[in-house]
Parts: sequence; structure tokens; C-alpha cells
Amino acid sequence: MSDALKIELGRRYRFSASHRLHSVHLNEEENSRVFGKCNNPHGHGHNYLVEVSFSGEVDPATGMIANLGDLDVFVERHVLEEFDRKSLNEDVTAFRDKVPTTENLCIEIFQRLKAFPKAKLERIRVQETGNNSFEYAGDNLEGNHQ
Amino acid sequence: MVLLTRKIEFAASHLYHNPNLSAEENRRIFGKCNNPHGHGHNYTLEVTVEGEPDPVTGMVLDLKELKEILEREVMQRMDHRHLNYEVAELAGKIPTCENVALVIWQLLEPKIKQGRLHRVRLYESPDLFADCFRNGAVAAGKS
Repeated sequence: MSDALKIELGRRYRFSASHRLHSVHLNEEENSRVFGKCNNPHGHGHNYLVEVSFSGEVDPATGMIANLGDLDVFVERHVLEEFDRKSLNEDVTAFRDKVPTTENLCIEIFQRLKAFPKAKLERIRVQETGNNSFEYAGDNLEGNHQ
Repeated sequence: MVLLTRKIEFAASHLYHNPNLSAEENRRIFGKCNNPHGHGHNYTLEVTVEGEPDPVTGMVLDLKELKEILEREVMQRMDHRHLNYEVAELAGKIPTCENVALVIWQLLEPKIKQGRLHRVRLYESPDLFADCFRNGAVAAGKS
């Protein structure tokens, strides 16, 4: 592969979860004003779509940046098993004190997947509905320093 | 700079097998993609070209011309073909999404005279794709 070119592997995964947007730093009225119907105390759910992008050298023996089987197992263990059919507020420790917006969800998924040992995580895109999606690239995007 | 993207679809068969590995290693690494009879996909290819719109035509490049390049370089070579046996540029390579995207980049890049190739994205299925772009360039869609 030419050094002048970069190849990324993209893969999509899905999970369904519920959440409620509510900040402990705001009072009831402010929460209702800021988050609108997303502040419904009983929560609501989405079918989330997660798009992950990894870069690396294409191994000449396999033609792959990373074996999809390895990637699927990693994502299953670190994200899907913990998020699918769960309440993000109640079941995911990170969201005990952080509002589970899809912005924060992107960052949380990025932190979990950047440890994948076989390739470099470039970015995460999470689609909350067909009309909303969010991206996070950590330090890979100028202006972000963790 | 403006980015222009054209999408095409083609259908092809392939299999993953490295003759330098044992039968058992091939099965372990490639799983069901190692089936000797091959299997196929409907591939979707998105080709993105970057450039400034021409002040006279308002175009980065003529879409008709891009369509013809894609027809000649990709469709005629790969559509309804077996990627392992019928595409010379892939000979000796495992036709993964990564390698096919890279070959498509190498085929298209010298043919695009107006504007410049920015990104090749090849979907093997809606959930699996490879992106090829210039090292150092910001990934397409985020320029």
C-alpha cells in the first residue's frame, strides 16, 4: 500500500436502549424547559446505530486492517452487551452523573473502543434517529485534547 | 473547495483464501468467507471528487464524465464478475473491502482530470465498508 494513501475500515452496529435527559444541576422547571419531552421521568428509547472507523496497515497475508471477527467480539463485549436492551441512565455507570445525550454516548463509546488492540480507532458516529447523528474523534480531531 | 459524490452499485463474487496458509489457518482467519465456492455481494461504491466549481459551468467536474469513468474502470471490470479470478488488479491479493477500495482508488485517481479524487468508500454490505483517501486529508464529509 502506498504511504500516500490511508485506508479505514468502517463497521456498523445496532443496539436499543432507553434514556432520560435530566440534569441534577438543574431544577425541575429548567429540566423540563431544556430537555422538553426527553425529560419524561419514565424515559423513552431509541434504536441506536453506531458506526466505528478504524485505520491501520492492510496486512498483505489477510488483506485486512483488522479481522472483523475480533472487532465484532470486542464491540459486543465492551458496548453492545452493556448497552443493548438497557436503560442508559440506570444500567451504565458513566451516566449516573452525566446526561445520556447522544453526544455523551459518542464519547463514552469512543473511550471504550479506543482500547481495541488491532487497529487505531479514528472516530465514532452514533445515529439516534434517522434525523440525528453525532460524531466524536477524540484527539484525532483538531481542538480535542483528552 | 467543494466535494462531489457519485454512487454506483455492482454485484460480484469473491472468496478469501491465502495459498501460503494451511487449510486450517485459512478457515480460522477467514471463517465462512473461505468457502471454496465463493459467495457474492451487492457492492455500493461512493466516489468523492474535490475541487472548485468552474466559473463557467458551475461544475467541479462533469458528472457525465465521472459516470463514464466509473462505467469503464469499475462496472466493466467488476460488475457480475468474480473478483478473485477476473480482475487482474486483484490477482494475488485477498479481495477484502480494504483491498478492493484501494484498487478502485488506483484505477480512478489517474483518470480524474478535473478536480481531484478525494475519497473512495466501498460498502460490501450496509454494515461494512472501507474508506480510502490521501494520508493527511481530513476524512470526507468533515472538510
